[in-house]
Amino acid sequence: MSADLPDELGHFGRYGGTFVAETLMEPIAQLREAYAQARQDPAFLAELDADLQHYVGRPSPIYHAERLSRELGGAQLYFKREDLNHTGAHKINSAIGQALLAKRMGKTRIIAETGAGQHGVATATVAARLGLECVVFMGEVDIARQQPNVQRMQLLGAEVRSVASGSKTLKDALNEAMRDWVTQVDNTFYIIGTVAGPHPYPMMVRDFQSVVGREARAQFLTLTGQLPDALVACVGGGSNAIGLFHPFLADEDVALYGVEAAGNGLDSGMHAAPLNAGKPGVLHGNRTYLMEDADGQIIATHSISAGLDYPGVGPEHAWLKDTQRATYVAVTDDQALEAFYCLTRSEGIIPALESSHAIAYASQLAPQLTPAQAILINLSGRGDKDMATVTALAEDAG
Amino acid sequence: MSRIAACFATLRARSKTALIPFVTAGDPQPDVTVPLLHTLVAQGADIIELGVPFSDPMADGPVIQLASERALAHGVSLTRVLAMVAEFRQTDSTTPIVLMGYLNPLEAMGYAAFAARAQQAGVDGVLMVDSPPEACTELTDCLQQQAIDSIFLLAPTTTSARIAQITRVARGFVYYVSLKGVTGAAHLDTASVAAKLREIRAQTELPVGVGFGIRDAATARAMAAIADAVVVGSALVARIADCADQPDQIPTLAGAFLAELRTAIDSSDP
Ligand SMILES: Cc1ncc(COP(=O)(O)O)c(C=O)c1O
Repeated sequence: MSADLPDELGHFGRYGGTFVAETLMEPIAQLREAYAQARQDPAFLAELDADLQHYVGRPSPIYHAERLSRELGGAQLYFKREDLNHTGAHKINSAIGQALLAKRMGKTRIIAETGAGQHGVATATVAARLGLECVVFMGEVDIARQQPNVQRMQLLGAEVRSVASGSKTLKDALNEAMRDWVTQVDNTFYIIGTVAGPHPYPMMVRDFQSVVGREARAQFLTLTGQLPDALVACVGGGSNAIGLFHPFLADEDVALYGVEAAGNGLDSGMHAAPLNAGKPGVLHGNRTYLMEDADGQIIATHSISAGLDYPGVGPEHAWLKDTQRATYVAVTDDQALEAFYCLTRSEGIIPALESSHAIAYASQLAPQLTPAQAILINLSGRGDKDMATVTALAEDAG
Repeated sequence: MSRIAACFATLRARSKTALIPFVTAGDPQPDVTVPLLHTLVAQGADIIELGVPFSDPMADGPVIQLASERALAHGVSLTRVLAMVAEFRQTDSTTPIVLMGYLNPLEAMGYAAFAARAQQAGVDGVLMVDSPPEACTELTDCLQQQAIDSIFLLAPTTTSARIAQITRVARGFVYYVSLKGVTGAAHLDTASVAAKLREIRAQTELPVGVGFGIRDAATARAMAAIADAVVVGSALVARIADCADQPDQIPTLAGAFLAELRTAIDSSDP
């Protein structure tokens, strides 16, 4: 399968590549070179491993949700507990890797974009630890709905810059981060939060996140003596999904399901599901599936979860879709919310609204399988940040 | 000879520097654009850069971002932009027009279809800011088949090896981005631009335009002394934005600003 993609130029089939303004081409070439060296440097890898173990708390466990599995009456559900990581989501896996690379490259200033704020918090955290200046770009809409994370970032010493252009969400934060990068490119390292952006980001972030799938595969074998029948992960930009999927790509009997945000429903137009309802185009440095209109303008997305509210998706997912190695489905805001409550009450785990999309789909899939089969779900983050959203919705519902 | 090549040949013969205004098509509303373009030509524009509005203008500062938003609010699509060019061409068959923007609207139309329609409309060059040459060979091929020039950016960070690689495929002229930043930034450093232009000229015969950071007569004059063309974008677009509520004033005010720049540029030419 595509385990050895991308090619030299960052292509996953026809997707990926490097579509940026000329000013960034040389800095990106330097990044590519630095990363190519770092990934083969035992000292770099050892430092990364040590940080993942002692600072992040890896390996994260996998947990057999027996009660939920019984209630659903089908396959056994297992969760890869990325919610237990330091800072509460998978985002830190890649933020640590990129920050170590930034340090290695002698950069003194870190920038990042964030939607849910989890990547912003992870980046602010590693920047604080390494003593690097940190600026996080965040859409105005997301600042309002993810307040606790804004406060955490500020507490950690990061500057949170509100982005008021376009739809004021994740895509606009990414635009603004790119604009900042081009302006201060000499001293600044851009830590991208997902498997999007120009090459080498989709590859590099995938590599850093693949620790999730590597651990999960080994843990699952130890625990059950087998591989799971299906993997399920939510897909915003796609980093937690590709991190889980990638080490399983060659295991052809393991079905892969990526779950996009269907918002108010795929037919409503109010969603964030480019793999389900978009078409290929070029945005944020790469070619991939996008939500766009007939004129090639990117259209506004909607999702209850800020981290999935993005009109594009990592190019490797576009490739996995076209080659049919992975299947991409979508669940609505309401279904995600129901899954949020369901996991909270049946297992005592409060999931992030992003991760709740994966849980919602797994809950649909489980009854179609037998109790002898198993689904491994990436529980990409915890739901503390979503309290305000969930509470407000509960109040609205009376 | 292409319109762009002819334009630079004429200017070169007269030792003059080209003045290239940038405006976003359809800003602040669609019917302003064609009359505005004619006024710009009357006030001294040699070539026109016409911005194709895009929802996510990653390389642009706030001024041109807002121009894109105003145009998009009126539904100005790539098709509409091409119609504006065709209308302009009805009464101006000599001033070259370069479309500037982002790849996705072209990709949505299809490169071959775009190139054919652009040729018919009377487009002379295409500059996609998010597309270095290696990323858009397919588009470049389609444009070449229609005899449209592919114009590429060079930047302060562009290495000598890349300058060679880019100037090999560039047509018409090359556009040197004078600073590390987005459009509308204001930290132009004439000495470093001059040094980089020498490096570029050592590798190509193509005319070299300079843009980003040219905001008034003084900066235009300084750049005209060292470049073959001076591009003015944000400073002009900001003046258009200032009279967005009185669109009939736009050609007069924008034209006056351009005339000022023309005088400044000509005063630096021998
Ligand atoms: C907990 C959590 N899961 C998932 C995502 C979506 O990102 P990705 O698709 O890159 O994993 C986010 C993004 O903010 C997140 O915070």
